[in-house]
Amino acid sequence: MKYLEYHPLIWIGTHAIKYLPLIWAGLTRKRLRTAFTLLSIVIAFLLFGLLQGVNSAFSHGVQGAHLDRLVVQGKVSMTDQLPLAYRQQIANVAGVTGVTCASWFGGYYQDPKNNIFSFPVDASTYFELFPEIVLPRNQLEALIKTRTGAVIGAALAGKYGWKIGDTIPIKSTIWTKADRTNDWSFQVVGIFQTPGDAGQEQRLFLNNDYFDGARSLDKGMVGWYSVRIDSPSHAATIADSIDKLFANSEHETKTVTEKEFQQSFLKQIGDINFIVSSIVGAVFFAILFLTGNTMMQSVRERIPEFAVLKTLGYSDPGVLALVVAEGLALSLAAAALGLAGAAAAFPMLQDFVGVASLPPAVVGLGFFYAMLLALVTALAPGLRVARLNIVDALAGR
Amino acid sequence: MSNAVSLVDVVKRYRRGAESVEVLHHLDVDIAEGEFVAIMGPSGSGKSTLLNLIGGLDRPDSGAVTVAGTRIDKLSGGELTRWRGRNVGFVFQFYNLMPALSAAANVELPLLLLPLSKAERRIRVNAALEIVGLADRARHKPSELSGGQQQRVAIARALVSDPPILVGDEPTGDLDRETANEVLDLLRALSQQYGKTVIMVTHDQKAADVASRQLHVDKGQLADTGRSA
Repeated sequence: MKYLEYHPLIWIGTHAIKYLPLIWAGLTRKRLRTAFTLLSIVIAFLLFGLLQGVNSAFSHGVQGAHLDRLVVQGKVSMTDQLPLAYRQQIANVAGVTGVTCASWFGGYYQDPKNNIFSFPVDASTYFELFPEIVLPRNQLEALIKTRTGAVIGAALAGKYGWKIGDTIPIKSTIWTKADRTNDWSFQVVGIFQTPGDAGQEQRLFLNNDYFDGARSLDKGMVGWYSVRIDSPSHAATIADSIDKLFANSEHETKTVTEKEFQQSFLKQIGDINFIVSSIVGAVFFAILFLTGNTMMQSVRERIPEFAVLKTLGYSDPGVLALVVAEGLALSLAAAALGLAGAAAAFPMLQDFVGVASLPPAVVGLGFFYAMLLALVTALAPGLRVARLNIVDALAGR
Repeated sequence: MSNAVSLVDVVKRYRRGAESVEVLHHLDVDIAEGEFVAIMGPSGSGKSTLLNLIGGLDRPDSGAVTVAGTRIDKLSGGELTRWRGRNVGFVFQFYNLMPALSAAANVELPLLLLPLSKAERRIRVNAALEIVGLADRARHKPSELSGGQQQRVAIARALVSDPPILVGDEPTGDLDRETANEVLDLLRALSQQYGKTVIMVTHDQKAADVASRQLHVDKGQLADTGRSA
């Protein structure tokens, strides 16, 4: 069909592709310099892929937060424990339709590097408040009945080859048992899934009753309460009502939306977004100068060649396009290599971020940055070539 | 025979700092189609400026420049660029080939601007290299060729899009006598056998003697013209 001839990809295929040898010749004129420039951009995109991937994986959980859920936590710090007795008082607040509790266990398997995202929960209410966790009913019942039972995500089960019936030893970095050891063991009674968010399948849930009874400290306390409310529009009023209940008590509360809670949870590790943005920004700033300088130098050395091209009939926009195409080829190739390296390395970060693959949005953003980098760095030398006076350039002036 | 090149009352000035220097003074030149013309003159006489005006690389301050039937002094920048690509082949003193491209790829450069298929381009490149006697060196890089061979590749590049005019700025200036004669014989053959109008600037009287006509430029004016044997 005729209109297809004007499709950009078809146009590139039929018209622009013939210039590839010319673009390649420009890039390979100084092979070593091109190789070093390529390598530095590859490293920049490798860093970008890894850091932005981690950031994206973390913020993915925040984006999935439910608007009809609040979290009640300690006012001073989210690490402050709250009394179990608060539960009934919270449940009596107008607009609250469900309450459950959870704590941070700080678990790992065999080696502290094998982080297990473990949470003691009230099994009889927790999974009702979190319907996105798909756990077969009989397995939920098994968890409620089995004091030392635990349910694990499908990804976690797959990672360590755990199956229902296995007894798994988990150590805690926080909680010791009455025997002063931090060695805990749980019987796997169920495997859950979180459709659309495989990262959440790295978690383990155990019975809070067993955990609270067996630990040596803070008995009768929980890490936080999750509260379901009748309408997101009532969130502020309900949060205020809950916090007023415990004002001036020994354990004052701070009730926030689930999204705010997850963000503050991440801030325990540090402001990841700020750190990642700072590092990536600094790296790209340096790369911008490096690549820009290389492009400028490369074009300066080839002024007579561009003058010849213009003599032969290459238009001003045509030579500008050639320089930009060189920049694009270099940046996109480096981005492809760097992001491929990040994608290959990402499974190794699974324990840390809970996601096994580089998010596609990060890959897309990486290529967008690559194009931006090419345009910014190639524009100045490209315009210089486009404005070149042929007679002066050929005369070496 | 009609004129391939006609310059009428052409004036060209250059600016040197605050000063304006007139390089060509009311110049009139006619060159017939198929002529092989050598432009001679001392350094700074304006001969290269004259060649640049004929080749559409520069514009006069006044006067008319008609080349291959077109008033090129009236063309816009883009139009002049397109006109140059179709009508003029350029040969430079130092060949000016792309060092990273093979001889064939260098010759192909002007053809990339034309609506030709890859096969058509290949046929034309082979034909041009055949004419200059370098068909067997098509894959060689410029650094693998002698000076004379490089200049022949440059001539192949100049004629591959079949322009009616070939201009050369000291095309033999960087070659030894024997190689220079080979290049001059080639230019003469292109004029005589293929009907190309060949115009070259040279300092070399022996080179000029190969041309069918000599134009002597001195202080921006034609001093006299001579016709070679």
